[in-house]
Amino acid sequence: MAHIAHDPAGGISDATRTVYGHYRQQIRTRRVYSIIALVVFAIVLALSLNFANAANSGKFFDRLPYLFDFLRSFVPNDPLEIFRAMFDQPSPYADGSMKYDFTSQRMYFTDTLYVPHFIYELMVTVNIAIVSTIIGGGLAFCLCFFAATNLVGAGAVRFVVRRIMEILRAFPEIVIAGLLTAILSIGPIAAIFAVSLHTIGALGKLFFEVVENADMKPDEGLRAVGATWLERVRFGMLPQVLPNFVSYTLLRTEINVRASTIIGAVGGGGIGEAFRLSIGNNHAAKTYAIIILLLVTIIAVDQFSGWLRRRLVGNQAFEFGRGAA
Amino acid sequence: MTNGLTIDAADRARLKAEHAAVLHKPWWQRWALLIGLVVTVPYLGFCYAFFNVGPAFENGKWDRAALYLQDWYSWRAQPRLKFADGKVTATWSSRGQYPRDARIDWLTPHEDGSMTVTFGGTGDRLEVTPNLVVAYVGGTPHEIAIGADTVTAPADAPRAVQQDGSKVIVDYGFAGQAEVRTNQVYVQRRFLGWANFWFDTHSAYWGRNPLEVIQLMFSAERIDPARSNFDTAVKDFLNNGVWQHGDILSKLLQTLVMAFVGTLLATLFAFPLAFIAARNITRSRPVNWVMKRTFDFLRSIDMLIWALFFTRGFGPGPIPGIAAIFFTDAGALGKVYAEALENVDDRQREGVKSVGASPTVVNRFGVVPQVLPVFISQSLYFWESNTRSATVIGAVGAGGIGLKLLEAMGTNSDWDKVAYMVLLILVVVFVFDNLSNALRSRLIGPRGH
Repeated sequence: MAHIAHDPAGGISDATRTVYGHYRQQIRTRRVYSIIALVVFAIVLALSLNFANAANSGKFFDRLPYLFDFLRSFVPNDPLEIFRAMFDQPSPYADGSMKYDFTSQRMYFTDTLYVPHFIYELMVTVNIAIVSTIIGGGLAFCLCFFAATNLVGAGAVRFVVRRIMEILRAFPEIVIAGLLTAILSIGPIAAIFAVSLHTIGALGKLFFEVVENADMKPDEGLRAVGATWLERVRFGMLPQVLPNFVSYTLLRTEINVRASTIIGAVGGGGIGEAFRLSIGNNHAAKTYAIIILLLVTIIAVDQFSGWLRRRLVGNQAFEFGRGAA
Repeated sequence: MTNGLTIDAADRARLKAEHAAVLHKPWWQRWALLIGLVVTVPYLGFCYAFFNVGPAFENGKWDRAALYLQDWYSWRAQPRLKFADGKVTATWSSRGQYPRDARIDWLTPHEDGSMTVTFGGTGDRLEVTPNLVVAYVGGTPHEIAIGADTVTAPADAPRAVQQDGSKVIVDYGFAGQAEVRTNQVYVQRRFLGWANFWFDTHSAYWGRNPLEVIQLMFSAERIDPARSNFDTAVKDFLNNGVWQHGDILSKLLQTLVMAFVGTLLATLFAFPLAFIAARNITRSRPVNWVMKRTFDFLRSIDMLIWALFFTRGFGPGPIPGIAAIFFTDAGALGKVYAEALENVDDRQREGVKSVGASPTVVNRFGVVPQVLPVFISQSLYFWESNTRSATVIGAVGAGGIGLKLLEAMGTNSDWDKVAYMVLLILVVVFVFDNLSNALRSRLIGPRGH
């Protein structure tokens, strides 16, 4: 570094000039690469957009004005209609059509006590999500220890378990749901299966990564006193990883509520199906009622799980697992 | 275990005092497992009743399930051997896998009008004549008499030959089965693999082995004078009437485009807005609050709602898919980006600010270099995840391979095509996972995720 010094006579020394030249050169190369990357990116984006527009049944700019037309025509007769649809109260506009028929799908418990249709469907969806998280999380918990390098080494077991998890994660949920609907001819169970299997894959991956990052000193201690593999996992691993496991599982519950809504729309039952039907049949009041219900549910589930995670694991719970959907 | 590990009372008291936090956990922590079980088990029981799991499984069509699963990796030829004018003639439905007048090695017509159907070995075959069907099961013949209005199995028939009302069913296991009726024999012959996967029966390449196909592809003698043999092969493959490769691949591309464009646009949209939402960058609480609530709102509306909504607006296709992914992920990415921005190291910003830089320059050189790796890594995660969820979004009506899958499953007989599409999706997801992992490692180092 001694060579790179200012020439006392002013200007810079030859050595410095060489270094500076190299520096400029590198900057220039980098800039050229950046520009090439950006141009390639822009071309791919333009081609993709063009392809998407060509493949769509309505063209973007042709349909754009109609989108706002649709919005303008898609309003309930009065704002209260939305809440009548939500709580199954009779509509003053009732004319025998399904559009204003809010009362016929009440779920009666007793002669007078009933659960409004959409709220019942929402319960179905939320329960699908919770059951799937419990089943999927439980199985992922059992599997994850066999996928962690620090517990089973890099052998065949780890390889097989990891591949199983990968396949479960990537396997399209609608196929599982579709196959089971064809066999059981009932939606929610198919949805539970589909979401659970996906959960095993997704949570399993996050779980084994947590296990691999765990501190191995307790494990060494247990091994030194001759503990079995099961005891090492139970007393050396579990106490360390459990808070993170719980946090990930709660995060997964949030994601599964959304997933079970979507699976519902393709035949799994629940609020997703109700929404698809109501927007498809132009039932504005019902559609807005479902949107509001879903919005409230998702926000409530997010907030509750966020609060629970903060209580259980502290703020650390929010530092990881982003985008781990 | 050993005496060396026992402790006396004084030690015990000392340990208790030193590690009070470990030994005196609150009751709910100590009993957490039990409490969890006490809550979970009854809940699962409730759901078992709520979703009618028991009856649903009892009434499930499990025999069909086996059939559907077999369809994933095998195919059925289903000719009907009809009796007419003292002869047996094979008729095929429009979905037949053989061209007209093809010579089929397991279905041999004879001069006298009878027909032989073999199921695997020579011991398992049917000799069909209009008034008598002889079923050979494991080499033993069983004569099935065909009357005017009923078909009767022999009295000493084995389990494989069964009377079912007025018809008789001969079961050969995986190789297939035959239903003998008064006017026809309905044969189902099953083979491993996918029928006519490369070329359908209209193609000149049909029924040739791979070597012949390659030879023909590069031979100078043209099948179609208008184009080279290679072009014909590609065209015949893509336009395969049964497998619709061209259509499926273009739908797959639509799904990929949906994920890519949706995530990219969401990234470009969330990037500047996150700077407005971050408390430490934009020093105005109301503006931060409005921006963050906007992100929350976009994020909280389910992707399904956006998808169905835009399907109404733009018609089925990738555009509603792109829009759905864009709106949901703009909210989610905006939130994540804003949180990353709020955690930046302030010293770099102060350094740039202290030399008199404008706010834009401060952000460009004081903030962006710190957060860019995080931003890109997050966007890549979302891209990966969207490549998967774009399939489901498509099924709702946004187009792409999801809709194609749903159509194929709806027929209940195209499970081989479902398997093909699932395989394509799995391959694509693996490729893109690895691509995004590789990109992430290059950009932020191997430990960045």
